[in-house]
Amino acid sequence: MSANDAASSPQSETPEVAARRRAMALLARARREELAEPIAKRWPDHGARDLKPIESGLVMLRGRIGGDGAPFNLGEATVTRAVVELPTGERGFAHILGRDAPTARLAAIADALWRRDAGDVETLVLAPIAERLAGEAARTRAETAATRVDFFTLVRGEDAA
Amino acid sequence: MSAVAFADPTFESQAAFRRIMRAMSAPGAIVECGEALAPPPPLARAAAAALLTLADFETPLWIAPSFPDAIGDYLAFHSGAPRAAAPDKAAFALVDLSADGLDLARFALGTAEYPDRSTTIVAQASSLAAGRRLRLSGPGIKDQAALAVSPLPADFHAQWAANRAAFPRGVDLIFVADAHLVALPRSTAIIEGAG
Repeated sequence: MSANDAASSPQSETPEVAARRRAMALLARARREELAEPIAKRWPDHGARDLKPIESGLVMLRGRIGGDGAPFNLGEATVTRAVVELPTGERGFAHILGRDAPTARLAAIADALWRRDAGDVETLVLAPIAERLAGEAARTRAETAATRVDFFTLVRGEDAA
Repeated sequence: MSAVAFADPTFESQAAFRRIMRAMSAPGAIVECGEALAPPPPLARAAAAALLTLADFETPLWIAPSFPDAIGDYLAFHSGAPRAAAPDKAAFALVDLSADGLDLARFALGTAEYPDRSTTIVAQASSLAAGRRLRLSGPGIKDQAALAVSPLPADFHAQWAANRAAFPRGVDLIFVADAHLVALPRSTAIIEGAG
């Protein structure tokens, strides 16, 4: 199961919700420099401030086997949450795995900027992250494919009529 | 611009909880609370501290209509508490004594099996010391304690007697003014209103 599957929700979702969900999912998996550099270059004076202190905590991960098994608690993961507000009023939220507070804050700032300048954030921030993630997924698939074993059963003599 | 809440939510809410517990265990004692907060007006600092500390996503919060929407947004954003549709569905309620008065019967009293499912009312007063002195007795009061909240409705004595009569059901009250609070739990009786 990939992170994208986990992020999909049974709640009815409008195109805006889906777009925001995609942006936040990409920001959650960004590296710090992938956020810091474009934000420093394009929005050097974004003026975002923390609405809530950046906090690290645990969330329970739920799993199910085979996609239709009963849900169970898989274990807890450390997440860091940041909530910021721009001077123009947009709020940005980010939850990222781990305890990297500066990255969480940058992801929240990018989320808030996305609500104001969606086009620029798409091209400057989100597109490079999506490209890197797609490349990593392709590499993993290629490595897996190279070691794949196809099982099949030969017709055995005693079964022949 | 939205207002911020506790700068250090874990420790500051623990400290506020400790003070609210002290107020609850010593009815009539005025306790300082929420002095570092800057909630949007007209929300008192102690009211903000109490609700940010006690309310969460499992406790529906009812806010009297006299408060502006900004108060509801502030408390919902920082505490995560859902808004209760009616006062008798609320775990916590916020009222302004000057603008809304106080009618204890409107709130949830809990059930005989679950007396904890009642409403804790955070009532914003203009003063905790300038009102008519009511003498208190009950658990947590060794000799005597007094309550001098202002303004209180004229029939508060009778309302509180009815609340006492329903024990163990009944509401609990937290009166707040600026950065101070005083509690009146359901176990406390008002024995006389002197003067």
